[in-house]
Amino acid sequence: MSGLFKRLARPIRLGSKDVRALVVVVLLLAVAPFFMPRFWLAVATVALMFALMGTGWNMMGGYAGQFSFGHAAYFGIGAYSVAVLLTKYLLSPWVGLLIGGALAALFGLATGFLSFRYKLKGPYFALATFAFAEMLRLVANGTSFINKAIGIHIPLVGGDNWARFQFEVNQRNSYFVILFLLVLALAATVWMVRARAGHYMVAIRDDEDAAAALGVNPLRYKLIAVALSGFFTALAGGFYVQYFLFIDPDLAFGALVSVQILLRPIVGGVGTIWGPLVGAGVLALLGEGTRTLVRQPPAFLGFLQGVNGLDGMLFGAILVAVIIFAPDGIVGVVRRLRAGIRQ
Amino acid sequence: MAETAVETRGRSRNSWIALVVIGAVALVVAARAAGWWDSHHTIFAQAVVSGLLIGSVYSLVSMGLSLVFGVLDIINFAHGALMSVAMYVAFVLVRSYGIDPYLSLVVTIPLLFIIGVAIQATIINPVMGAPLHNQLLLTLGLSLFIQNLLLVLFTGTPRSIELPYASASFGLGPLNLDFPVRLFGAVVTLPKALAFVVSLLLAGVLFLLLQRTRLGTAIRAAAQDPEGAELVGIDVRRIYLVTFGIGAACVGAAGSLILPFFFVGPTAGETFNIIAFVVVVLGGMGSIQGALAGGFLIGLTQELTQIFVPGSSKLIGVFVLFILALLLRPQGLFGSRT
Repeated sequence: MSGLFKRLARPIRLGSKDVRALVVVVLLLAVAPFFMPRFWLAVATVALMFALMGTGWNMMGGYAGQFSFGHAAYFGIGAYSVAVLLTKYLLSPWVGLLIGGALAALFGLATGFLSFRYKLKGPYFALATFAFAEMLRLVANGTSFINKAIGIHIPLVGGDNWARFQFEVNQRNSYFVILFLLVLALAATVWMVRARAGHYMVAIRDDEDAAAALGVNPLRYKLIAVALSGFFTALAGGFYVQYFLFIDPDLAFGALVSVQILLRPIVGGVGTIWGPLVGAGVLALLGEGTRTLVRQPPAFLGFLQGVNGLDGMLFGAILVAVIIFAPDGIVGVVRRLRAGIRQ
Repeated sequence: MAETAVETRGRSRNSWIALVVIGAVALVVAARAAGWWDSHHTIFAQAVVSGLLIGSVYSLVSMGLSLVFGVLDIINFAHGALMSVAMYVAFVLVRSYGIDPYLSLVVTIPLLFIIGVAIQATIINPVMGAPLHNQLLLTLGLSLFIQNLLLVLFTGTPRSIELPYASASFGLGPLNLDFPVRLFGAVVTLPKALAFVVSLLLAGVLFLLLQRTRLGTAIRAAAQDPEGAELVGIDVRRIYLVTFGIGAACVGAAGSLILPFFFVGPTAGETFNIIAFVVVVLGGMGSIQGALAGGFLIGLTQELTQIFVPGSSKLIGVFVLFILALLLRPQGLFGSRT
């Protein structure tokens, strides 16, 4: 069914070697901000946010093989939960993150149950996820409780505030917050892949009928993947709001957001733990490169809005090139090269 | 996936089901409207007329998308971006060269055909036979690229043109049409009326092309069984090129036709793309007459949503219908279950 994944149809091995390498990378990422100028710190923070979304997408789109084209739904639910709970009920964004994640997981379970129940597969499933995200966007646009199309501004409290994770003075703290959330997502992925659930998911992805015949309940394991995926993608949405202090229906639920979310894992390598990280890193560098090239100020909000035409052209071209020349992403290319060297 | 074959002949049973469904929807709508009739009949008539008028354009756009899906097995996310290209081409012709917007059809249709063939030859042919997801992502990348290219070339400022003779009178024999015409109390503007007529004409031409010509027969053969078609001497690769070209030519025409009453922007075609997905799923992926009927159904849904759910977006009703269709009848109203 899903050949992008069939190309990786060897069993996923996330051996202790990978986990050790992952720990080393996380430690490097943790000390990196002490050696970064302020500008690159901001680039790295946004890159980690995309890595978190990508890691979330990868659980469902990569390991479980349920290609989602509407992950903006989860991202937006996370973002709006944090924004609404903070501005209307003065709840800390930390609580907002948890509630947003839970709501996104619930939304994923509900829509996933409907879709899987009616046996939507492949492109039909992708279109359904897309439609659900678009519906949320339209509903958000028409709901006065969340300010309709105007969006929600997060008030600045000034100074450094851990309870609200707003850091005007020491922006390194924002970086640590998103790194922490990313580590949670990576740990969850490692757990998921190594646990029995992960093996079942991969079995279902590669051949659902065969897996079902062996007594694996496809619906159950697909739903676990969707819920986890929704939860962690929503965390990125919550962080987004606290970092950029603004959210509106297009920034939260727009189709472009869904594209941005799946771009990193696909460029990096679908269904691999490294894919979203590598993809986020490479695209951050490329994006900054283009921006410096056209000498524009680092307007990070523009990144999601897609105002910068050259950026979008570059990302479009990259996506086309990756699909034609390296459908298993950068990680896949590296693996093939290494296998070639060994022989 | 057997339902991906281009079906131009209806399957009697399923067509009947489809007709019953459409009829039931129409009845419910009519019943609901009956109570309102006294106070709302003008609004209602306007919604129905507007829905049918814009629905014809949706049909044209969706037929192109459905054809490409049926023959090439590709969900073309770049369909809307190509429509934006056509709109800008027509816009430049009108603004810079003073050409009549309807005359621009002579340029946009062949030009988009050529662009479509070029895209198929360079980008999509290398990955033909690859899984659907890859092609979805490929056309998505293409769409990002085209939209942003337009953004770089024309900036994001929405533009529009005025039709100088929009409120002219036309004597057609005994019939004297004074635009904007009133039809059952509903206003029909000249650009929309022309879009309706020309869209239907082109849809008819496409239908005849597929049904009555050697090329059409070859396209249908390639859709149903590429290997079999190859065996009887059809150059399937060439058919793929032509088919993608025809699909693009459909949005080429649509771009010119909506220019007089729609804004032009890099993402202007996007709405049409989304609606075409809905139409194609509703009508059955790959079904040409399904796309035709689905276009009108979506046009009506969109306009009636605004009456029955005031203050909401037009598209809410469309998406509700989309999700229902995906869940209950993913093979489409005219498709057959496989």
